[in-house]
Amino acid sequence: MLEGQVALVTGSTRGIGWATAQRLAQQGATVVLNGHSNPGLLEQRVTELSQSSGREMLGLSFDVADDVQVVAAARDIHARYKRLDVLVNNAGILRDAMLGMFSREAVDRVIDVNVKGSLFVLQAAARLMMRAKRGSIVNLSSIIGTRGNPGQAAYAASKAALVGLTLSAAKELAPHGIRVNAIAPGYIDTDMIKHLSADKHRERVAGIGLGRVGTPEDVADVVVFLASEWSRYVTGQVIGVDGGMVI
Amino acid sequence: MSEAKLQAVFVQALGISPDHRFEDLRYRGLDAWDSVAHMQLVSGLEEAFDIMLETNDVIDLSSYEKSKQILAKYGVRF
Repeated sequence: MLEGQVALVTGSTRGIGWATAQRLAQQGATVVLNGHSNPGLLEQRVTELSQSSGREMLGLSFDVADDVQVVAAARDIHARYKRLDVLVNNAGILRDAMLGMFSREAVDRVIDVNVKGSLFVLQAAARLMMRAKRGSIVNLSSIIGTRGNPGQAAYAASKAALVGLTLSAAKELAPHGIRVNAIAPGYIDTDMIKHLSADKHRERVAGIGLGRVGTPEDVADVVVFLASEWSRYVTGQVIGVDGGMVI
Repeated sequence: MSEAKLQAVFVQALGISPDHRFEDLRYRGLDAWDSVAHMQLVSGLEEAFDIMLETNDVIDLSSYEKSKQILAKYGVRF
């Protein structure tokens, strides 16, 4: 489905990002993996994916919140492949705190990574895609950004911002043949939910129509759909992947 | 050589005649050079000269003459 295409997945060493990288590779894409805090894990993931796919994958360690590093990464991708077909803006961080308990530093970092980081990477990727007048960008928002949740105001604000980014970028980039969509995952089995108590976990699952926690692969499969030609007439959409979760 | 390549990028991105007075070209100085065409121009320059512009240079790209100054930073000789 994606043979010959190059895909960049930010934050792709764990969770939804890693599942997405694997799914894209299974569909024939060459995947550029990205991580920032653990270069050793990034290297390990590149090796794993290269071996399982039989194709050489690339790992780029950069901080999405640093626009200079982002442009340098885009330059590396251009130098190596001369193309970029798919961007999955997945890198994100979670900082939970009730209103009034947020530190300035925590808010800054959430906004820097989740909002500015997505903007910077989208900006650089779109310029590479414009050359071919085609491409697909998928932003990872969250059900928290569309519905809200107590104790997650900063995270919710950052994920809601990605909805606005998606809608605006979709309109701006449509004349260039580039589609931009967002996914709003619900309660997904990643490191981000590991800190919840057993009671809280049960409460969350009880609110899911399909009666189970989502898997990173549940989300990754929708990313593949949005990255592929199967969604060639889909742009400016926010797709919930939440099993019918009520929050 | 570089000048001809540069002019070809402007002709393609802005849809102007090859006979246009290039030195008069300014961002928003003609209807064709709007924000959409600007990104096509940036894309065309990057493709033609095999470079990737810094964000500040994308913003500073305000005229034909300025484009030559910016490209010179990336090793393009005129």
